[in-house]
Amino acid sequence: MAEEALKRTPLYDEHKEAGARLVPFAGWEMPVQYEGVKAEHEAVRTRAGLFDVSHMGEVVFRGPDAERAVQRLVTRDVSRLETGQVGYAAVCYEDGGTVDDVLVYKNPDDFLVVVNAANRDKDVAHFREHTGDLEVEISDESDDWALLALQGPEAAGILGNLTDADLTGLKYYRYVVGEVDGFYAVISRTGYTGEDGFELYVRPAAAAPLWCRLVEAGAAPAGLGARDTLRLEAGMCLYGNELDEETTPLEAGIGFAVHLDKEEEFVGQGALRRQKGEGPRKKLVGFKVEGRGIARHEHPVAVGGETVGTVTSGTQSPTLGEAIGLALVAPGVEDSFDVVIRDRLVPARAVPLPFYKREKE
Amino acid sequence: MSVPGDLQYTKSHEWVRVEGDVATVGITEHAQDELGDVVFVELPEQGATLEAGDSFGAVESVKAVSDLYAPVGGEVVEVNGALENNPEKINEDPYGEGWILKLQTSDRADLLSAAEYEKLLEEES
Repeated sequence: MAEEALKRTPLYDEHKEAGARLVPFAGWEMPVQYEGVKAEHEAVRTRAGLFDVSHMGEVVFRGPDAERAVQRLVTRDVSRLETGQVGYAAVCYEDGGTVDDVLVYKNPDDFLVVVNAANRDKDVAHFREHTGDLEVEISDESDDWALLALQGPEAAGILGNLTDADLTGLKYYRYVVGEVDGFYAVISRTGYTGEDGFELYVRPAAAAPLWCRLVEAGAAPAGLGARDTLRLEAGMCLYGNELDEETTPLEAGIGFAVHLDKEEEFVGQGALRRQKGEGPRKKLVGFKVEGRGIARHEHPVAVGGETVGTVTSGTQSPTLGEAIGLALVAPGVEDSFDVVIRDRLVPARAVPLPFYKREKE
Repeated sequence: MSVPGDLQYTKSHEWVRVEGDVATVGITEHAQDELGDVVFVELPEQGATLEAGDSFGAVESVKAVSDLYAPVGGEVVEVNGALENNPEKINEDPYGEGWILKLQTSDRADLLSAAEYEKLLEEES
């Protein structure tokens, strides 16, 4: 099989120069770390970190039926979104299994749906397959955008010095269109770290100069390694780990993004309604490892030596200094179970999510 | 990357210091650099008997797990218990305080010289 060349973001040279370790990720050559995961993680928790997430996909829905199309495809009721608002949602198959988890941006005249890089082609095909009868243009515009995530308690201060946009009036999961350091940008108060912060959608040519300005202003370059430990501490799902085609959004604990009562039927709604009535086949739990060891993706979960689930994500939490994880387990599993780490049963205890919550001012 | 000339090496990036019939084992500077911040080391029991090539434990960073393989066969006569509370020693001093275990052994099979290991690193890069 011919190996397809890895794609590079507009920030490839900046990563190289900063000494990043670049790894293949979802078909892209992406920075997994610069200084080290722990240092980058701490920079985001205590100061500000800067991520290149330009590999994410941007799909725009235009036309008279754009809202109907998005309504039909995602679990959230997007008719409740105001212009300038962002909503987290899942995309499901008819059987309720998850195609992807996405952000929906309600623009004045259209909808932007931001998808995971690994799912981009699959998503666009799914979107088109289920909206053939509607008057909507579904346009994959991922190549027209770079995406920088500036995250951490100092993010607002750093960005405020580079833009006239009103950041103090910009609430969580809202966006404004403006300029950052003279470059056109969609400034979105969103993120995947559990900290305050912004995601900046900019033109590819603006990515490198803006990256350099933000680093000069004090943001620490941070890689996918820290992005993963940060999102896990914040209890956020990662597609391919907590969510996949075998797992429904209800099972993965993102029922808050599923509106079963919305008027326009969405793909998978019937299956999710049934599941809500019958009860899920599995449930997502957060846990701490109480013995020695670190639970990892795909390690079994056991009670009395019998497998009752699977670890979906696990790491040593840099903030807590403890081994934490998420697992999909059978509905009846109580708060105490074992994780199987290299054939060893290691006790673990379920804890409420998230593992880490920032102190709000 | 430092590759001390007085040590021997494996293709799986362990190093071995042979003194009499005791072989001290650790992971190379290259190996710890590839892993990143080490946060956990799983050590075998003292007294365990290993055959060359046996997986005897693991070194874990925040983002990755690397299995450890016995470079030579023998009995585990000492493990570096200090790594339980200070696994970062493997990053800071991989050939010194970051040693992992000592084996009683006369086995020398299949080890690489420093020059051979350097060549392996060049080929891999």
